[in-house]
Amino acid sequence: MKNYIKYIGILALGMVACEPEFENPVDENDAYSNGEADFSNYVALGNSLTAGYADNALYITGQQNSYPNILAQQFSKVQETQEFDQPLMADNAGGLLLNGTPIAGTRLVLGIDAEGNPSPRNYTGQAPSTEVTELLSGPFSNMGVPGAKVYHLVAPGYGNVAGVAAGAANPYFARFASEPGTTVLADAAAQNPTFFTLWIGNNDVLGFATSGGAGVDQTGNFDPSQYGSNDITDPQVFAQAYSTIVTSMIEAGAEEGVLLNIPDVTNVPYFTTVPFAPLSPANPSFGPMIPTLNATFAQLNPALTALRGVSEETPGESVYSIEFSASAASPVIVHDESLPDISAQLTEVLIQSGMDPGQATIYGMQYGQVRQATAEDLLVLTSSGVIGQVNTTRVQELMAMGLTQEQAGQLAVNGVTYPMQDRYVLVPSEIASINGARTAYNQVIAQVANANGLGLVDAAALLQETATTGIPFDGGVLTSTFATGGAFSLDGVHLTPRGYALVANKIIDEINETYNATVPKVNIGNYGTITPSND
Amino acid sequence: MRKVLLLLVFALAGTLTYAGGYRVAVQGQRALAMGHTGVAVVNSAELGFFNPAGLVYLENQLTISAGVSAVFSEVAWQNESTGASARTDNPAGTPFYFNASYKLKDWLSLGLSVYTPYGSTVEWEDDWAGSHLVNNIKLQAIYVQPLVSVKVTDYLSFGGGPIFVTGSVNFNRNLSRTLTDIDGNRSEVTIDASGVNEWGWSASALFTASEDLRIGVNYRSEIIMNAEGGEADFENIPNTPLAPFSDTTFDAELPLPAELTVGLSYQLNDKWLLAFDFNRTFWDVYESLDIKFANGRVANNPRAYEDANTWRFGAQYDATDKLTLRAGYYLDESPVQPGYFAPETPRNDSMGFTAGLSLDVTSRLAIDASFAYIRFDEVDASYDYYVDENMQTVPFGGTYKSVAFIPGLGVTYKL
Repeated sequence: MKNYIKYIGILALGMVACEPEFENPVDENDAYSNGEADFSNYVALGNSLTAGYADNALYITGQQNSYPNILAQQFSKVQETQEFDQPLMADNAGGLLLNGTPIAGTRLVLGIDAEGNPSPRNYTGQAPSTEVTELLSGPFSNMGVPGAKVYHLVAPGYGNVAGVAAGAANPYFARFASEPGTTVLADAAAQNPTFFTLWIGNNDVLGFATSGGAGVDQTGNFDPSQYGSNDITDPQVFAQAYSTIVTSMIEAGAEEGVLLNIPDVTNVPYFTTVPFAPLSPANPSFGPMIPTLNATFAQLNPALTALRGVSEETPGESVYSIEFSASAASPVIVHDESLPDISAQLTEVLIQSGMDPGQATIYGMQYGQVRQATAEDLLVLTSSGVIGQVNTTRVQELMAMGLTQEQAGQLAVNGVTYPMQDRYVLVPSEIASINGARTAYNQVIAQVANANGLGLVDAAALLQETATTGIPFDGGVLTSTFATGGAFSLDGVHLTPRGYALVANKIIDEINETYNATVPKVNIGNYGTITPSND
Repeated sequence: MRKVLLLLVFALAGTLTYAGGYRVAVQGQRALAMGHTGVAVVNSAELGFFNPAGLVYLENQLTISAGVSAVFSEVAWQNESTGASARTDNPAGTPFYFNASYKLKDWLSLGLSVYTPYGSTVEWEDDWAGSHLVNNIKLQAIYVQPLVSVKVTDYLSFGGGPIFVTGSVNFNRNLSRTLTDIDGNRSEVTIDASGVNEWGWSASALFTASEDLRIGVNYRSEIIMNAEGGEADFENIPNTPLAPFSDTTFDAELPLPAELTVGLSYQLNDKWLLAFDFNRTFWDVYESLDIKFANGRVANNPRAYEDANTWRFGAQYDATDKLTLRAGYYLDESPVQPGYFAPETPRNDSMGFTAGLSLDVTSRLAIDASFAYIRFDEVDASYDYYVDENMQTVPFGGTYKSVAFIPGLGVTYKL
């Protein structure tokens, strides 16, 4: 009897140890191959896109879904890897405090108003609680610094918390820089990296682009210390800094890595969402104004076209003559800096044709570089909130010139009577500057990748595909359509977790090809998009 | 000789007792040890479950069989293309049974059986890759059945009785693959219903063809568990009209399908008894798990189960006056069809290898022990009918591998 019980006991123990085992378990080390790459200490360099910035803010869940963190998790399925540490924010509200004062606002969420209309707005459920002066101790594997341009990664003092208030340093890097005088690159190289990714250069054109071209194209100026944040970085400055970064990472031990190039702004919803012709005659606050508007501009059109050397045969045929359609949506009027300024001549012609000199002067000033927008212009996302609205600043200016409040209000309707200002519009000459620089950067990136045997991810092609055909996945098609497309977050520039997962997969493809590895990809359908919240 | 036999029995044990869907075939240690055969085996009060027509053939005035098993089961899932993997961490299930039979007259016995033929506990890691289908589920159903067994002639008897079922269900899953609150906590729902009571019946016949050969048939009716007014608890819901989820009640139906068993037993000689059972479980009734929330929202979860068969073989060897050894095998077809492999009941075809023994402690009391090992093949499978928040049908698939083993202990008492 005792013997039998003993046998049963042994048998039961044997079975307790019996767990289901796969023939080829994915959680064992030989399931995937790292090929010729060594992922044991991966360090990511870059800007906001690398940090996991989304919805116009950096916050914890965004960082957790950064493409470097996604990559690191997949790498850990391939070989033994070090913990991938990120300089996590203090909350999921986003925003920054500097000595208690907010210097960056909360993330955008999709709010729904009482009528059921969705629109992005700042999250108000929690105030920012990430204090810049509460310094973190690293090192951190994700060295992505929101706002960084290429030359910032090699700029000493860029992480000096004392310089943040004056704008001489970056608050995000200040949080986790190893010391005030260090550089992003130095902190990255000091980690003995074995593998790296670099996605930098976006801000070198994007600052200019998102400001509607309000900055300066610094091509030809080789001193970045003279650059403003909205300026375009000179391609030679770009090349020098970029090469330094890559060379230093390789020398530090990261002999394998992947470089990502710079996407085209015309594939980014921040620049493609607002149509150039948004003025609908069905809009009750605009439609009834059309006859009056056209009568007013009819007085100006002969002068506008004549002074530009265009003879107008059919009204509305030329962008220089301004006319709003009563049957279809009309383009806004824009202020195009690239046009010769005809203010003085216009004023003169209007006075000659019998207009009151005061009025003629105002018209001349307001419409000296005006034209109606065309499909070649890109209205930035922030213009959607101002088009058709009365510009109160302009009202004050006009009243100071002697107009009544009513007259001033009539001449201060953004895009209708008051030309959309430079910061809301990328005109073709500005787009050409952006693309000229971007193309030069991408040549540098390709050359550096080629010269060092590194992987090259054509992020530009990836986002172009997203913007045009879309990317099919198991839950539909990922597109660049603002808010609903899934790839771009509510700021229209940065990606969603799903968009970042797409980038991670593209990098994995490149790694597997370049280094004969078999790193598994993620299912982008498992990653979220925008966050709805009425808080 | 004993040792040889023990080795033989345990060698057999190395190869399972379970059944497809959420059927848990563990309704008697003696029967389980013989591959869960028993529709034609007159052995103990376990007949109350297997074939109540046989109760009238029990020799003693009062026979009681009671026992409990521990079901240790684990399911592993992985997806080779993403490298994702997950394992269940299921608590041990404890199916039990109690059968009593009382001989009123030579031709008439009355009985009472309590047993738990349906149930399932599957606990995946929270927020695992398939969490939009299930995080965890616990199903329980207790059958209580008064029985009557009547001998019509020396070679034919009938039995059966009404079944009272009381059951409960608790099911948690994430609302979608991606919906979270502002802090990234996945939005989830738990539905819970308990004290769901329904009625059914079973009827059976036992035909004694000769001294050595018996043939049995048993039918247990389908019982649809109607959970009405269960509680649905929504957690981690973002504050937005786009996610209009708040705690509510729900109605749902879960079928406990009918089961038909036919089988025979053959007394080979003084020592050996052989048994064969064929089960057909009418899973076809389980078309869809539809959860109707009080706010009118309906969650449809197509299942499209099909009727499934189980083939059972068992042997019993009277080793000594006091010791009886048993072994068995069965082949269990899964009711789950390709494309409907949902991780809440991840069952593919399986084989059961069973063994056990009875030891007479006294002339009235015997201890019954059994052990079952259930083997599932590794299977590449998917559930292709999940519809996401954008009305896109999103399959969830991967490779599954399950294992279960079930040690059990019981007693048989005769008076």
